[in-house]
Amino acid sequence: MSDAAMSQEQSDVAIQIIGMHKWYGDFHVLKDINLSVERGEKIVVCGPSGSGKSTMIRCINRLEEHQQGQIIVDGIELTNDVKKIDEIRREVGMVFQHFNLFPHLTVLENCTLAPIWVRKTPKAEAEATAMKFLERVKIPEQAMKYPGQLSGGQQQRVAIARSLCMNPRIMLFDEPTSALDPEMISEVLDTMISLAEEGMTMICVTHEMGFAKTVADRVLFMDAGEIIEQAPPQEFFENPQSERTQLFLSQILHNA
Amino acid sequence: MAIVKTQRHADMPPPVSQTGVIGWMRENLFSSPLNILLTVVSVYVVWWALSAIVSYAFINANFVGETRADCTGSGACWVFIKARWGQIMYGFYPVEERWRVDVGYVLAAIGLFLVLSDFVKNKKWPAIYTFVVVPIVCYFLFYGGSFGLPVVETSQWGGLFLTLVLASVSIFVALPLGIVLALGRRSTMPIVRMLCVGFIELIRGVPLITVLFMASVMLPLFLPEGVNFDKLIRALVGMSLFSAAYMAEVVRGGLQAIGKGQTEAASSLGLGYWQSMGLIVLPQALKISIPSIVNTFIGLFKDTTLVLIIGLLDLLSIVKAGTTDKEWVGMATEGYVFVAAVFWGFCFGMSRYSIWLENKLHTGHKR
Repeated sequence: MSDAAMSQEQSDVAIQIIGMHKWYGDFHVLKDINLSVERGEKIVVCGPSGSGKSTMIRCINRLEEHQQGQIIVDGIELTNDVKKIDEIRREVGMVFQHFNLFPHLTVLENCTLAPIWVRKTPKAEAEATAMKFLERVKIPEQAMKYPGQLSGGQQQRVAIARSLCMNPRIMLFDEPTSALDPEMISEVLDTMISLAEEGMTMICVTHEMGFAKTVADRVLFMDAGEIIEQAPPQEFFENPQSERTQLFLSQILHNA
Repeated sequence: MAIVKTQRHADMPPPVSQTGVIGWMRENLFSSPLNILLTVVSVYVVWWALSAIVSYAFINANFVGETRADCTGSGACWVFIKARWGQIMYGFYPVEERWRVDVGYVLAAIGLFLVLSDFVKNKKWPAIYTFVVVPIVCYFLFYGGSFGLPVVETSQWGGLFLTLVLASVSIFVALPLGIVLALGRRSTMPIVRMLCVGFIELIRGVPLITVLFMASVMLPLFLPEGVNFDKLIRALVGMSLFSAAYMAEVVRGGLQAIGKGQTEAASSLGLGYWQSMGLIVLPQALKISIPSIVNTFIGLFKDTTLVLIIGLLDLLSIVKAGTTDKEWVGMATEGYVFVAAVFWGFCFGMSRYSIWLENKLHTGHKR
């Protein structure tokens, strides 16, 4: 294989997880996870609570440490090397269930903090970028407010803008709408859909099956620490193969 | 049948009985028979105490005069405080050199004002001035020995001046050291953690008097002949380490109140440990710890009086020494009341400042 072909192949794969295991003490949370995510691919991860979905995506930017197997993000393997971890974290954005905005900083400062301190972007430039992304998530007028003064949906959109300000190549979403009131879910999902349309590589842990149907290239179903089934959304919803998937889908679609 | 409202209800002002002075009094002072009784009793007690204090301290007090013979009133004789004013303020600092202390006060006051108040937004230069320039200048000013200033030995320092030196040095050392110890105690590195836990638990487990005693009596026994630290420095080291241990636990309490989500968000953005601590966690942790931090400061400020035990003449001990003067028999009450008033003034000031600061830093995220 020529060098050009090699690099071509490398750049096509955004995330590669090979035979990954993780334990919390004696508890085996993740079992033999194998996953390859292509650049620009959108993946939705679903499954019952406690199935290890969040833990899996949190391993991708090393908020959790895995004990066995390999995780390669953007061609860099995650090891204990702090420099590499930081390098990966700069390229991987994350949105949390509980937003985790910094309450003592304004919305604008939340967005400019990491670019200024991590990327060493000049303040004015960082602020301009931040305003651009705040406009994209449709809340530029809230820039001078504190997170505590915003609604849940607005806070989550700020959190998305904050991640985008670092110009990440990959975005991880950890149940971004689970803590929101029903009428605020759609405003966050709309933001995520537009992000998907622009070709961002995304992994979303979510129970929003409508979102999965519109956006996902692939849907993963996890249970008891294993990836049980993965398929394109249409196939996944219409013709689930495993019994556990069928049971899970019947439970959540029943309510929807 | 469906019931539909077609018009919005207009906003109305609340009933008069709920607002204004009368509404407030009705709700807070006279809402029930028990409440009425408590109000009346409290007003009586306050009146009784206040009138006694005012008549003791002002109406029946003596303000004019020079000697014990001028104490003719039935109340306080402030002549005593007036006569010993210089000593109470500066101890045995030579009279002709006392301007140096005053200049130091002014420099420090300017710095503290700039750092603590709201007038200057960018605190970088004020902070450097207050925490670096002022201490160095004050050292040369107070101790002397260079720039043509004669040396004033620390054994001559005393009174309120000594109290303020002890308190401010210990506070400025204790806070940063306490933060470092608190972070160390939460560190994932076992050696660092063990050292910090050991230090905190050791120091916190002994009375301050013991620490001061050890610093002043026992330390010289272990030092080689001829090596001798200044008594004041030993007291300062003892007090700073002691309050740093307390401060560490206060800060640790604040650190624990900050959710894991904050550090995770910081890490996911690529911030390192020190950035995430310095920019995200500590500002929030210190903010919620303000009441306890100031509480520790106030305790420390009053604990400075314990240096009496190792022979330093702070405000309390110099007044106490004054009351044993045979020319001024029976002035103990005035002396102690005065000392209490001074301490109360400083502590109350710190308390009010902390409340103001809390409100200023509040950003609408009380949980």
